Amino acid sequence: MAATTECGADSNALGNNMSLKKALSAASPLTLRVVAECPVTKARACDLILPHSDVSTPVFMPVGTQGTLKGITVDQLDGLGCQICLGNTYHLGMRPGPELIEKANGLHGFMNWKRNLLTDSGGFQMVSLVELSEVTEEGVKFKSPYDGKEILLSPEKSISIQNSLGSDIMMQLDDVVSSTVTGPRVEEAMHRSIRWLDRCIAANKNPDKQNLFAIIQGGLNAKLRKACLDEMTKRDVPGFAIGGLSGGEEKDDFWRMVTLSTDHLPREKPRYLMGVGYAVDLVVCVALGCDMFDCVFPTRTARFGSALVPWGSLQVKQKQYAKDLQPIDPDCQCPTCKRHSRAYLHALFKSDTAAMHHITIHNIAYQLSLMHSVRQSIIEGRFPEFIQTFMKRMFPSREQYPSWAVDALASVNVTLE
Amino acid sequence: MAGSRMKLELSRVVQGRSRLGVLKGLGRTGQHSLDVPGCLLYTHFGTVPHLTQDTLHTLSNLPSVTQITLSNIAEHQEVLEEFKDGFRKFAGLHDTVLYCSLHDPATSCPTGYTTNKTVSVWGSGGRIELTVAKFMALQRTVQPDWYQSMADGETWQNNTSRKRVRKSVDRTLTHLDECLLVHQKSQELERVEVFGVVEGGDILEERVRSARETAKRPVAGFCLDGLQTGSMDHVLRSQLITAVTKELPEDKPRLLQGVGRPDEVLVCVEAGVDLFESFFPFQVTERGCALCFAFDISPDPERAGRAPPAVLELDKEREMAGEPQPNGDRNGDQTQMTPFEMNLKDKRYHDDFRPLVEGCGCYCCKNHQRAYLHHLLVTNELLAGVLLMIHNTAHYHGFFGALREALAKDKLDLLKRRVLGERGGQAERKD
Repeated sequence: MAATTECGADSNALGNNMSLKKALSAASPLTLRVVAECPVTKARACDLILPHSDVSTPVFMPVGTQGTLKGITVDQLDGLGCQICLGNTYHLGMRPGPELIEKANGLHGFMNWKRNLLTDSGGFQMVSLVELSEVTEEGVKFKSPYDGKEILLSPEKSISIQNSLGSDIMMQLDDVVSSTVTGPRVEEAMHRSIRWLDRCIAANKNPDKQNLFAIIQGGLNAKLRKACLDEMTKRDVPGFAIGGLSGGEEKDDFWRMVTLSTDHLPREKPRYLMGVGYAVDLVVCVALGCDMFDCVFPTRTARFGSALVPWGSLQVKQKQYAKDLQPIDPDCQCPTCKRHSRAYLHALFKSDTAAMHHITIHNIAYQLSLMHSVRQSIIEGRFPEFIQTFMKRMFPSREQYPSWAVDALASVNVTLE
Repeated sequence: MAGSRMKLELSRVVQGRSRLGVLKGLGRTGQHSLDVPGCLLYTHFGTVPHLTQDTLHTLSNLPSVTQITLSNIAEHQEVLEEFKDGFRKFAGLHDTVLYCSLHDPATSCPTGYTTNKTVSVWGSGGRIELTVAKFMALQRTVQPDWYQSMADGETWQNNTSRKRVRKSVDRTLTHLDECLLVHQKSQELERVEVFGVVEGGDILEERVRSARETAKRPVAGFCLDGLQTGSMDHVLRSQLITAVTKELPEDKPRLLQGVGRPDEVLVCVEAGVDLFESFFPFQVTERGCALCFAFDISPDPERAGRAPPAVLELDKEREMAGEPQPNGDRNGDQTQMTPFEMNLKDKRYHDDFRPLVEGCGCYCCKNHQRAYLHHLLVTNELLAGVLLMIHNTAHYHGFFGALREALAKDKLDLLKRRVLGERGGQAERKD
């Protein structure tokens, strides 16, 4: 079960003159070692070796949108054991701009982060944040919210910005359609995403240093997903993301698309499920075979005083905690829980922003330690038992288990008690 | 307090007034000390603004005394009463001396709310009126190591009448006597020190009377109130402080409230002040600025070669910020940029890859560049406040270290020239 395979995912299919270069670049920018596979579910524990450090998967990647993780210093993030975090290409491309970040030795240098970075393509923000966007074969056209200028984000432009940012993992520009949209637009977007993937691969100036991930699209349509998987897995990209989900669709549709994707993705490459970060979703989707996750939720919710705990969440600002002298989670080993009570944090929310930082630190620690426990249980061959314990702690009773989670887990041979 | 253990040991008095020494016997066990001239650690409810313990403790040589204010604490009285073990433990502070003042020096209070029997503080939930009984009940639950006695400090406005000033001095003395009475009967406050408050507005005779009378009471030290930045002309303030400190016993510390600008600190130390509150670096942080004034007086050859703290490239900003105002108006003064800082929101820092201050050893300067801070500020990121607060705190406490060194080595004039800037003497450092 704990068979270790090593797969360089950096080979290149671009032609003969590339093969020499390929042979020389033994130091591939990405290696995935499957450390353990769950004998029951599709879960796996891997070591993902990236240019700036090794990453233990399954991994949750906190989101540092504008080159900073909301109020947390890079030393604190490092201290929490974070091995990879995200930056957003759209935001950073606008401010401070790729030229400046390139001058600062990339985003790593600009924010002084010594470990790995993943950058998105910028496309998602374009569609979700900017009202005046228009998608054509060329790319995404939008008006800058800062100066009103019309800007075209093409696959080439996205990769060029991400090359300037110098992230360890770059995401292809994809044609993002809301997961609740149906009809021909979904199919068009899927095909366009494949064409854009090829343009992104061709545009990458640093294939020896920066990994480009493809994004599987196809909405909630199994046929389209499968078609996209078939096409994209023909490309020799270092990793795959499952995109177009986590956008308000039914969870029943969501998990079926996830499991369909992992069924057809190559075992030797990392699978990144985009935009997923709720604890239950993480555990279920690990069982479905995903390795990497990101979500703004843990850090965003922290700033509203919501602390994540094994039994759900705790709203520190609520009056019931004003006199509660326990730490947020008595079993948590994070700096916040080791020093401060719920009552102090409750009061501090009225006086200083540091209260938000305390919860942010706790929530990142929670996400990372959850994934660490998941990984340990996979390695020790007891992931199914872990799931049972996790669900019992998270929900007061069996009746409250979300049916989609029950179904999803049943599909990978775990029957919740 | 006859057995007061707080003890000021002066090692030097320069020109009859500037005092160098150590305030000893602080804390419950008496093992803490604080060098003077010095400043306290400014906090919001026990937390240095923006900082968690991790980020705070990237700073070395922090003062051993933490200031908390009743304006933050009063609304949480019930919780603290239930908790019983005092504010220090409640706030997760361990090894620090706790000083509890009435108001937050970084915010000015509305006037017109004091009565013969009460003063008011403003917390997040609005105004809370304090009688001596409530004030002392709060002290019993907070259990600080030392606290400022209740005081009527509403006389800083320069149009306050003589009658009102006299009344504030009288009330403050009455409050003190009443506080002391309750204090002596409170077991929880055994070994806790009280600072008397000197009032008197801008009237010399009232200042002197307030000082004399307060000094007769069994207090461990003195708070000089109503002299904050913007309240009066600098020359007048120096005269008043000088007159007041003459009346105060040599062996007890004097804490000046509401003054934080480095130039004003220097002047007030020369008038005999020992202690300050460090709200100034917080105010600088809140306006997106970084302290960058020079204070290095060391002839140390290793440091001599080091770049001058890149300050005086800021001629334009100095013009914008203006020179120290002899008559600051009270609202503008506290929020406006001073000549001791650089405005990192300014476009010029967009591509400036230098640390905030060349040679500064703080976490921010060792790890980050001006361009990054500029980016964090223009994008309204929370980390800007964190990093600026780290730097500004380090810089400010560094300045106090230099001030003590200058007094010890007779270099106060040199320090003044450094701090006030040898105008035009330094050119912009070009990289």
